[in-house]
Amino acid sequence: MLEIKNLHVKLEDEGKQILKGVDLVVPAGEVHAIMGPNGSGKSTLSYVLSGRDGYEVTEGDATLDGESLLDMEPEARAAAGLFLAFQYPVEIPGVGNLTFLRTALNAQRKARGEEELSSAEFLKIVREKAKTLKIDGEMLKRPVNVGFSGGEKKRNEVLQMAMLEPRMCILDETDSGLDVDAMRLVADGVNALRSPERSFLVITHYQRLLDHIKPDVVHIMSAGRIIKTGGPELALEVEQNGYGDLLAEAN
Amino acid sequence: MAEGAVLTAQTPAVEGKTRAGGTALAARLEALELPAGGFAAAARRDAAERLQAMGLPGARDEYWRYTDPAPFNAARPEPLAVPGREANLFDDIDRLKLVFVDGRFDAEASDDLTAEGLQIESMAQVGAGHWAETLYGVLEAEGQTPVKRPFAVLNTLVARDGLMIRVTGKVSRPVHLLYRRADAAADVVVHHVIRLEPGAELTLLETGGIGARSNTVLEVDVAEGARFHHIASKRADDARIGIGHVFARVGEGALFKSFALAVNGRVMRNEGVIHIAGNDAVAHIAAAVLGDGNEGSFHHDDTVFITHAAERCESRQVYKKVLKNGAHGIFQGKILVKPGAQKTDGYQISQGLLLDEGSQFLAKPELEIYADDVKCSHGSTTGALDETALFYLRSRGVPKEQAIVLLVLSFLADALDEIENDDLRGAILGRLDDWLTSRAAG
Ligand SMILES: Nc1ncnc2c1ncn2[C@@H]1O[C@H](COP(=O)(O)OP(=O)(O)OP(=O)(O)O)[C@@H](O)[C@H]1O
Ligand SMILES: [Mg+2]
Repeated sequence: MLEIKNLHVKLEDEGKQILKGVDLVVPAGEVHAIMGPNGSGKSTLSYVLSGRDGYEVTEGDATLDGESLLDMEPEARAAAGLFLAFQYPVEIPGVGNLTFLRTALNAQRKARGEEELSSAEFLKIVREKAKTLKIDGEMLKRPVNVGFSGGEKKRNEVLQMAMLEPRMCILDETDSGLDVDAMRLVADGVNALRSPERSFLVITHYQRLLDHIKPDVVHIMSAGRIIKTGGPELALEVEQNGYGDLLAEAN
Repeated sequence: MAEGAVLTAQTPAVEGKTRAGGTALAARLEALELPAGGFAAAARRDAAERLQAMGLPGARDEYWRYTDPAPFNAARPEPLAVPGREANLFDDIDRLKLVFVDGRFDAEASDDLTAEGLQIESMAQVGAGHWAETLYGVLEAEGQTPVKRPFAVLNTLVARDGLMIRVTGKVSRPVHLLYRRADAAADVVVHHVIRLEPGAELTLLETGGIGARSNTVLEVDVAEGARFHHIASKRADDARIGIGHVFARVGEGALFKSFALAVNGRVMRNEGVIHIAGNDAVAHIAAAVLGDGNEGSFHHDDTVFITHAAERCESRQVYKKVLKNGAHGIFQGKILVKPGAQKTDGYQISQGLLLDEGSQFLAKPELEIYADDVKCSHGSTTGALDETALFYLRSRGVPKEQAIVLLVLSFLADALDEIENDDLRGAILGRLDDWLTSRAAG
């Protein structure tokens, strides 16, 4: 599904090199986790994959089902099935959450040549999905993420993912800021979406999320590279010993 | 005595160097057909004297620093092609439709004037002793202190038509002033007077093209406990050059709310002068402005002056301007709190959203406060689109153009929220959406 080859990325403005040859393959139906110290380039990778401005790819490629993502507009990547749950979800004053969701969903359907959903159909689906994430009607009506608590914002990201039903989901620290119950809700939301056609790339600092969302593969990222790839036990190792040994080993 | 004689007989006196020359005023007056007699004779004589003392504004007048008065000073406007007729944005709203063609009331094209709680006459029908005599040119004249507004005086002097509307009850059907154009060269001056009796209610809508050049005055007297809502919408070809004035007096416990949508134009200046005279009154004035410099040029100036002269009153000014392709947006807004106007709650916000680097938003917010127990705030911002929000929307699959439309609408939301009625707000939103969507690519 997702294939990242020797990806080198620098900041357009400062010319600073952030990703220094990332190699990563996420086959269909699998859940991969990325862990790594602060500042190692995890969010940068997720932004580059989803098409944010400000980065320059100097080498390498990233493909979704064999098609390069890098020349596509962000909206085209979304329509192709890519989704990023932001580490810091963005507030948009003046745009209602429901309007936002509906606009996004219908835009993607249109891009794929599908019929737009009627208002009634849309509302039925969104209410159902919101309920499982304990997002109430009031939150749906409020402007996107404005005045939401940290945990509410993260749940709102998962709601968007559930509505848009992407094939390749990237979750950037969706667990941070969540209380224990909310973490469970979010994990349940993600697990409900798991299917042989859908893949996940879960960026996290904590083993706890991975107790709920069982990864097939764990990658360790450091200084703009994947320095180690292994099974779920790798996350436990990080949890117990930190990154010291792994970093030393890589050097 | 025919008023014309007073006006054209001699060149008016010219005061100071900052005023445009007296010859400009003489030429301006000569080009206008002056109304004779009528119920407003005294007001017009008074206006003649005031205008001759005042002169027309020059580019160095303090209140004309950001907008060149030349297009308003010119003797005649340049002709402007008359656009084809389009569906009106309020077509789905049940309303009393009153039509003006080139600034003249067209009774044939209008609905029947008799409606419960309303007394409506056109200026031409009104004789001496009419109730409007106590207001015509009166609120305008009061609104000349402390800032001179010569084009409003000119309007009082030469306006040949307009409606005199007296509201005696709670009128639920909005009154819609619909302007149409027929003559490409029409230089239109219209003057409306509205009096809401105590406890009365009215919603006034205004749309359409007034003239190649327009000068409008709306004098509104909102008596105790009355409620007045005003919603105006100006399209691209509606008024390439226009100056509009609203003079309001707001009585005890009364409510005045005015909202204007402007999508393009060439040079627009709107002056809002609100005098809050009674305790516990509320006055809000707001505008959403969208300008594209590529359609000729775009220059839109809102100049507002709110006077608090009573206790426990609330005023709000909300101005939002979206500018692209070298468009210019201006906001000059002042809150004056008079001695004794305690517990005043005054708020003012003006914001420019610049869609490119060639556009410009200039704001001059002012507060002048002579009471000690008041709460007044003002803020002004100028900025570009939020790139992070734009990316967030696009990452969810919303195409760039559509994402910009959403963000622009979100920027305008506070101003649109000033429209209380959902149907009317919906109609305005629809117009906005059309404009944005049709221009998203450019
Ligand atoms: N726009 C930017 N300007 C300057 N530096 C940047 C920018 N974006 C990223 N960086 C730098 O790039 C490096 C990688 O940042 P990134 O956000 O990708 O890290 P991360 O692995 O997600 O960290 P965390 O675990 O703290 O979220 C950091 O050193 C960061 O300071
Ligand atoms: Mg990060």
